Amino acid sequence: MSKKTDVIEREEVVVRFAGDSGDGMQLTGTLFSDTSAFIGNDLSTFPDYPSEIRAPQGTIGGVSGFQVHFGHKQVNTPGDYADVLVAMNPAALKANLKLIKSGGTIIVDQDSFTEKNFRKAGYQTDDPIKEDQLEGYNIIKAPISTLTKETLKDEGLDPKSILRSKNMFALGMVYWLFDRPLKYTEQFFERKFKKKPKVIDANKKVLEAGYNYAETVELLTPTYRVSPAPIEKGIYRNIDGNKATAWGFIAASEKSGLQLFCGSYPITPASEILQELSTRRDFGVKTFQAEDEIAGICTAIGASFAGSLGVTTTSGPGLALKSEALGLAVMAELPLVVVDVQRGGPSTGLPTKPEQSDLLQALYGRNGESPVVVIAASTPSNCFYYAFTAAKIALEHMVPVVLMTDGFLANGSEPWRIPKMADYPDIHPPFVPQGEKDWMPYARDPEKLSRTWAVPGQPGYEHRIGGLEKDELKGSVSHDPQNHGRMVYLREEKVNRVVQDVPDLKVEGEPSGEILLVGWGGTYGHLRTALDELQKEGHSVGLAHFNYIRPLPANTHQVLNQFNRIVVCELNRGQFIDYLAMQHPHHTYLKYNKVQGQPFTTVEITEHVKKLLEA
Amino acid sequence: MANNNDQSTKLTAKDFKSDQEVRWCPGCGDHAIMNAIQRALPQMNIPREKFAFISGIGCSSRFPYYMNTYGFHGIHGRASAIASGTKSANPDLSVWQITGDGDSMAIGGNHLIHTVRRNVDLNIVIFNNEIYGLTKGQYSPTSKYGAVTKTSPYGTIENPFHPGELVIGAQGKFFARSVDLNMKLNQEIFLEAQKHKGTSVVEILQNCVIYNDKAHAVIADKKHREDRQLVLRHGEPMIFGKNRDKGIVLEGLRLKVVEIGKDGYTEDDILVHDAKTKDPGIHLMLANMQYPEFPVAVGIIRSVEADTYEHKLEEQIDQVREQSEYQSVDDLLQSGNTWEVK
Repeated sequence: MSKKTDVIEREEVVVRFAGDSGDGMQLTGTLFSDTSAFIGNDLSTFPDYPSEIRAPQGTIGGVSGFQVHFGHKQVNTPGDYADVLVAMNPAALKANLKLIKSGGTIIVDQDSFTEKNFRKAGYQTDDPIKEDQLEGYNIIKAPISTLTKETLKDEGLDPKSILRSKNMFALGMVYWLFDRPLKYTEQFFERKFKKKPKVIDANKKVLEAGYNYAETVELLTPTYRVSPAPIEKGIYRNIDGNKATAWGFIAASEKSGLQLFCGSYPITPASEILQELSTRRDFGVKTFQAEDEIAGICTAIGASFAGSLGVTTTSGPGLALKSEALGLAVMAELPLVVVDVQRGGPSTGLPTKPEQSDLLQALYGRNGESPVVVIAASTPSNCFYYAFTAAKIALEHMVPVVLMTDGFLANGSEPWRIPKMADYPDIHPPFVPQGEKDWMPYARDPEKLSRTWAVPGQPGYEHRIGGLEKDELKGSVSHDPQNHGRMVYLREEKVNRVVQDVPDLKVEGEPSGEILLVGWGGTYGHLRTALDELQKEGHSVGLAHFNYIRPLPANTHQVLNQFNRIVVCELNRGQFIDYLAMQHPHHTYLKYNKVQGQPFTTVEITEHVKKLLEA
Repeated sequence: MANNNDQSTKLTAKDFKSDQEVRWCPGCGDHAIMNAIQRALPQMNIPREKFAFISGIGCSSRFPYYMNTYGFHGIHGRASAIASGTKSANPDLSVWQITGDGDSMAIGGNHLIHTVRRNVDLNIVIFNNEIYGLTKGQYSPTSKYGAVTKTSPYGTIENPFHPGELVIGAQGKFFARSVDLNMKLNQEIFLEAQKHKGTSVVEILQNCVIYNDKAHAVIADKKHREDRQLVLRHGEPMIFGKNRDKGIVLEGLRLKVVEIGKDGYTEDDILVHDAKTKDPGIHLMLANMQYPEFPVAVGIIRSVEADTYEHKLEEQIDQVREQSEYQSVDDLLQSGNTWEVK
């Protein structure tokens, strides 16, 4: 099909698609990722979009980006810098300059390079290449808009629809550049526009035109080949963190036999969990889009009271609103899972950008002594496992669990080896058996300290719960000082005993040595990649990544003890390090933090560690 | 502690009393309301374990502790949301929300109107004493304009909410009103509220002996009540007064009080109450009638049939299930684009 002369084998490549937020860059990136996955690459993606739905066209503020990192080897991050940038307008170029590898390839839509667009993007001159000193880059100026119009001129589509498909022209070019087949994307058109054959046809034509254009002009040489990655055998799919979270709860519903109830309120970047769950009526999922965050959690608590698996989903500001009700769940000792998809804060902050700055809020952000279990997912696909696990802990220990993810995990995607539900454990909530004599609502399991669960509708176990302090056994209101002290202790000790379910902390890389990198949650991919690179260079470094925050794994102290220095890397000002140092004070902790609403780059971490090692 | 409940014997009011000491002030209207509910429940032919009483915070919200049913004393203002979750999760339960004017119309106003709008089948009983009692005497969203309280020593400068107006404005399908001591009418209303499918809001004009004593006395007082209250019954003419000689007519677009036999008005001119008409116009006017221009309407002002939230939710689940290609989570995980690595 092509007469490519100059093909370069690459271990890994990063491509970034950027354009106006209405240009369809998210879809373009997703389609490219899907094709790469189908042909066997490992990959990781990250959408980077503004919080405005349609910011003024052509401005920096309106630029939406989608980055995909795919490789012949294991890929753990969306990549620090792009080998190839597709910029649909000058603003997209300007906004992404810092994210392109020196000497990388930049594909621009020449038709968008107009005086008006230069000014909107903030260029002083009419030559951004010169102005930004991009002479050393491989710049491909393609008349993408013109050629898209030309391709579709006889299709009888309106000009707006025609221009809307210019992203497919760019995608076609990139497919040629990386020698990828078009068929998976064509199949997508066929599925997506089943009832609009005209649209299928038009999209296919533009995609092909882009591919052929790239081939014809041969401007794109050299082209790259990234062979399939050696990955574990099995059936795979792409999945993002929010969908994985939603499905994890559905799995927990199946394994516990309980109805799943999600009371929630839309908030970026958590909304997709509620959206996905609301399509899953076929699994008996009851979603309740509440009037606010508070009603979201309160309906979930009400459902939990009724014997369902109660779940609520939110992001930072929403977690703040839910805090009083979360305290109620602590007091009532009902199972509940609260998902906090963290974003930049404080206040409204950076709604679409990832950060890890809600940790202390999740741990402590309530009135009174109000302990909850806190766990964190660390990759888009393991959101499934940790959502499942959060539900399992909540149901089996009768305790609220906060599951922390973040915007990076929520919207990022990766190939996922699909698990078999037969390999997942059953969930056994401590329901009171029928006919139990002398049952008391707050009598506890001696091991777990969880109370047994009687739900409305069960005859003979009528009882009252609520937010007032309760008698240690009967659960009736008690103002007795000694009783209060004991109940505070019991609620805390119940959370502590969840440690029995927490697997030991694993160390990746060196099991002992000079520096232990410590992370938690969504930074795993970057820390893992940094670790690999540091080890390749012969440095004595290990990585301990935490998924269980409260309680911490039982072997935490032993792990920390094996290293001279512990570098805690977080996307905040140092929240986990403070917590860790409080729990395990006898270690030397150093902090490495970034609070820019962006993930770490691998380079930042490796450079930092090397500096420490040199000093 | 749970007693094993023998369903073969008929339940009585006593079966609904818990072992907890009732701690409302002596003379508080709450006692009478609870008595009426405890007497009404056995008449509903619902097993005791299927009742759930859910409340927020305030004097009235202690109610669930005194009931030998399932109960949940929640947090301030949120009972509607908690109860909506409980009822949506298990539509088989008879879910009652006990609340006050502060709990339901100040901090919980948002939840109340949205619950009513959704038409979740809850029975919401609002104990309206026009004051904050548990915090010892601050004005509430239903305190009369100018009311002098601890936080309005010079009189309030806020217009009060009228629960009926709020509920009907939120597309409420069932609204009733009564006075705390009217045991007979209250039982009647609670029975109807339970029967009604959808959100039933019952406003009880309740007396706080300590902080707002006699707030409703002008209409509730034995001496005057027949002249100052209009007891509404579906299908019956709106006649009131000790001598049953007064009635309500519609003149133009407004209600008017007339004396039967005077100015040419006969019984035939008196409006007949139609609680079941969908149009909320007259219901709103009735709910808003205020003394002294009008008698205050008590009884069931509005009771309109409509599908409930939780029923529609279950119906949707059944429909989607029927068409689903998935039998299990495994099927879901394998759906869409997958590929095999060999």
